[in-house]
Amino acid sequence: MDETKYGWWLPMDVSVHGHRIDQLISVVHWFMLLLFVGWGIFFVYCLINFRARDGHKAIYDPVKGIFTKYIEVAVVVVEVFVLFGLSTPVWFAYKNHPPAEKDAVTIKLVAEQFAWNFHYAGKDGKFGRTDSSLMSGDNPLGMDPDSPEGKDDIVTVNQMHIPVNKPVIVEITSKDVIHSFNIPVLRVKQDTIPGQRIPIWFEATQTGHFELACAQLCGLGHYRMRADVLIDSPEDYAKWEADNTPPPAEAPAAQAPTDTPAPAPEAAPEKK
Amino acid sequence: MSVEQHGTKTGTTGTAHAHGELAHEGHDHGHHELPFWKKYIFSVDHKVIGIQYAVTALLFLFFGFSLMMMMRWQLAYPGRAMPLFGKLFSENVMPGGVMAPEFYNQLGAMHGTIMVFLGVVPLAVGGFGNFVMPLQIGAPDMAFPRLNLLSYWVFVPGGIIMLASFLMPGGAAQSGWTSYPPLAVIASSGQTAWLFGMVCLITSSLLGSINFIVTIVQMRAKGLTFWRLPFFVHAQLVTSFLLLLAFPPLEAAGILQLMDRLAGTSFFMPTGLVVSGEALKIAGGGSPLLWQHLFWFLAHPEVYVLILPAIGIVAEVLANNTRKPLWGYRLLVYSVIFLGFMSFVVWAHHMFMTGMGTTMSTFFQTTTMIISVPSVIVLTCFLMSLYGGNIRFNTPMLFATAFLPMFAIGGLTGLPLGLTASDIYLHDTFYVIGHFHYVVAPGTLFALFAGIYYWYPKATGRQMNSMLGKIHFWWSFVSINFVFMPMFFQGMAGLSRRLYDPTVYAHGRGVQPLNVVISWAAWSLGLAQIPFIINFFISLKNGARVAENPWNATTLEWSAPSPPGHGNFLTEPIVYREPYEYSVPGAAQDFSPQFVAEA
Repeated sequence: MDETKYGWWLPMDVSVHGHRIDQLISVVHWFMLLLFVGWGIFFVYCLINFRARDGHKAIYDPVKGIFTKYIEVAVVVVEVFVLFGLSTPVWFAYKNHPPAEKDAVTIKLVAEQFAWNFHYAGKDGKFGRTDSSLMSGDNPLGMDPDSPEGKDDIVTVNQMHIPVNKPVIVEITSKDVIHSFNIPVLRVKQDTIPGQRIPIWFEATQTGHFELACAQLCGLGHYRMRADVLIDSPEDYAKWEADNTPPPAEAPAAQAPTDTPAPAPEAAPEKK
Repeated sequence: MSVEQHGTKTGTTGTAHAHGELAHEGHDHGHHELPFWKKYIFSVDHKVIGIQYAVTALLFLFFGFSLMMMMRWQLAYPGRAMPLFGKLFSENVMPGGVMAPEFYNQLGAMHGTIMVFLGVVPLAVGGFGNFVMPLQIGAPDMAFPRLNLLSYWVFVPGGIIMLASFLMPGGAAQSGWTSYPPLAVIASSGQTAWLFGMVCLITSSLLGSINFIVTIVQMRAKGLTFWRLPFFVHAQLVTSFLLLLAFPPLEAAGILQLMDRLAGTSFFMPTGLVVSGEALKIAGGGSPLLWQHLFWFLAHPEVYVLILPAIGIVAEVLANNTRKPLWGYRLLVYSVIFLGFMSFVVWAHHMFMTGMGTTMSTFFQTTTMIISVPSVIVLTCFLMSLYGGNIRFNTPMLFATAFLPMFAIGGLTGLPLGLTASDIYLHDTFYVIGHFHYVVAPGTLFALFAGIYYWYPKATGRQMNSMLGKIHFWWSFVSINFVFMPMFFQGMAGLSRRLYDPTVYAHGRGVQPLNVVISWAAWSLGLAQIPFIINFFISLKNGARVAENPWNATTLEWSAPSPPGHGNFLTEPIVYREPYEYSVPGAAQDFSPQFVAEA
C-alpha cells in the first residue's frame, strides 16, 4: 500500500461525492480561522492596551454595544449559508439519491467482532439465502447451502473488491455489536447496527489499494478490525469475479475463496 | 443549639432573622464542640460539603488523568513494554509490561467516566456550587442541608464502585463512557459495576440540583433580585435545571441496561445476535439505538453542565480583574438560559452516522447551529469585557484569560462536526477528541483552576503562592496545547478514536509522529500539576493571611469572614446594587460592593 497517500490533512479523495464534503470542510475551516484570528487580534490588543499599570484606570462603560451586533449578525449569516447553502444540499444530494440498482454493484456486508464479511451476488446477480441461525465459524454469513441462488455467490473476509467508475451499493449490518464502516479515501462512514440493514453507496474514481477502518468501539479487537479496499479496473474486477466464483459442483458456496486472507489482521498489511 | 438543628431550621424558615443570632467567626465559637466526624465527615454545612466535593473531585481528576497518561504510552510506542509502571500490574492486564487491548479499553472507558462524572461535575457543581453559591446569595446555608449531606454520601459510594470495578473479574467497564449496547450488554461484569456506579452518581446529582434550585429561588438576601445575582449563580441555576431534567432519562436507561444484563430483558438487544459464532440466548426485539437516544438526551445537556459553571467562574474572575462591570451582563444571562433550553434539542447530532434520514439530520444540524449563536454571544461578551479595563494578571485571571481562546477553539471546531456533511468524514475521529477536550480541558478545567485560586482565600483565609501559580499556569497552558492541537491533524487524516494501536492503519502511520508529541506533552502536563499540588497544601499553613476581601471584589461572599463560620455572615447581608460595580464614576475606590450602602 502506498503510504505517501496519507499525510497530516485530508487524505486523497477517490470518490465522486467526496469533493463537496472536502469543500465544506475547507470553507468551514477558513471561516473558523477568520473568526479566531479576528477575535485573537482584539483579545491580544485588549490584554496589552488595558493592562493594569500606574496611572491607568478602568472605564466604567467604555462601549455602547453597537459594533458587536454586526459580528453576531455576520456569524449568523455565515452559519446560515454554511448550513443551507453547503451542508444540507451536500447531504441531501448524497443521501437522497441512491444509484439505480441495475447500474450498480450491490454488496452485502455483515460486520462481526472483529472482521468484515462481504457477500457478492456472483454471476447470476442474485444473493443466496442467509440465516443467522446457520452462522458458524466456517459460515460467517449463515449461507444456506441449499439455496440455488447462492451457488455462485462470492464471500470474502476483510477484503472488498469494487470496480472503478461504477456505483457501488453496500447493504451493511452487524451480527453482534455496533461497528462503523469507514473508508477515509471514499469519504464514507456508516454505523453498522445489528438488527438493521442500512444501504450506503459511493463511486470510486480511480483504482488503487486503500483501507477500511472500524470507527466505532466494538471490543478488544476494535483497533485491528481493518479490511483492504481494492478498487479494480473493470477488467481486473471481472477477472477477480471469475477467479473467485466457486466451481459449480460440490464445493459449498459458503466457503471462502482461496485467495482471501484468513481473518488475521495482526499481520501487517502487505504492499501490493 | 447544634449546627445540625441550625441547618434544618434555616432551611425551613428562610433567610433573614436567623443570621444575627447564629453568626460568629470560628467554627465552634460559642457552641459546644461537635465531634470530629460530624464537623468534617458527615457535616451539613454547605462549605464543608463543598470542600469535600472539591477535594474528592480533584483526586478523581488526577486519577482519571493518570489512566490517560498510561494509555499515552501505548499510543506513542505501541506494543512496547512500559518502563517502570509496566511491572506494577498483573500479567492479565500488562503481559510482559505491554498493555493488553482489553486493559487499554478499560482505561479509556474509565478515563471518560471519571473525568466527567467524578471529576468535572462534582468539582464545578458539587464543589464550587456548594461552597460559593450560598455565600454569593447571602444565605446561611443550603435550603436542605441534610439533602446536601446525602448528595455527597451517595456520590462517594458511586465513586468507590467505579474504582473497585477494576478489581472485578474481567476488569472495569470497557465499552467507552457511552456504554453502547449490545457491546455493553455482552461485556464482562465490570460493566454491571459501572451501571450501579452511574445510578449512584446520577442520584447524587439529582438531589443536589433540587437543593440548588430551591436555595437560589428561596434564600437570596434582602435586595438581591434576579438581575442583581452574580453571573455564577445564574449559571448554577441553569445547570441545576439541566441536571434535574436530563439525568432522569439516563437513570432510567441505566436501569434498563442493568436489566438487560442481569434480568435477561432485551430493551436494547435486537433479535438474531450471533456473538463469536454462537447465537445469543436472549428474547431480542429491542433497539440498540434507543439507548443512544436516551444516553445523548442526557449527555448533550451534560456538556453544558460541564461548561456553564466554568463560564460562571470566568465571569466572576474577569469582572474582578478587569475592574469594570461585565459587558452585557443581561445578554449573558439570556444566553445561558437559551443555551440550557437548546441543549435539550441537539442530542442526535451525536448520531448522524446511525443511518439518519435527511429530515431528522437537517433538524438536528439546524438546532446545533442555533446553539452556537448564544455560545458566540457569551464569548463576545467576555472579550468586550476586557475592553476598557485595568487588567490585573494574577493567577486566577491568567487561567480565566486563557479560557477565552481555548473555549473559542473548542467551540469553533464543533461547527464541522455539527454539520452533517462534514461529519460524515470527521465523525468518531481524533478531531472529535480534540474538539471536546478543548471545551472541557483547557476550557472548563482552566476555569475551575481559576476558581480554585480565586476562592481559596475565602475557603482557607490564606492566599495561594502566586509564583507557583504562575509556573502552574504557563507550564500547563503550553503543554495542554501540544496535547490537543495535534489531534485535529490526526482527525483530518482520518484516524479513528479509541484505537489501541493506530499503526495498524496506513493513515494512522502517517500521523504516528504526532502521537509521540502528544504523549510527551501529556506527561509534561502531568508534571505541571506538581506546583499546584504543592501550592494547594503548603498554602494551608504558609500562605499569606487575608482579610475578608483580598481581591477588592464586589459580590456578597467577600463580606463574610475568611473562612466563614457557620451561618456564614456576621450580620444579615443586604444588597444595594448590581453585582459588578467596579470603577463607578465618582466613587472613592474602584469597587463598590453589593453589600455596602454608600460607595
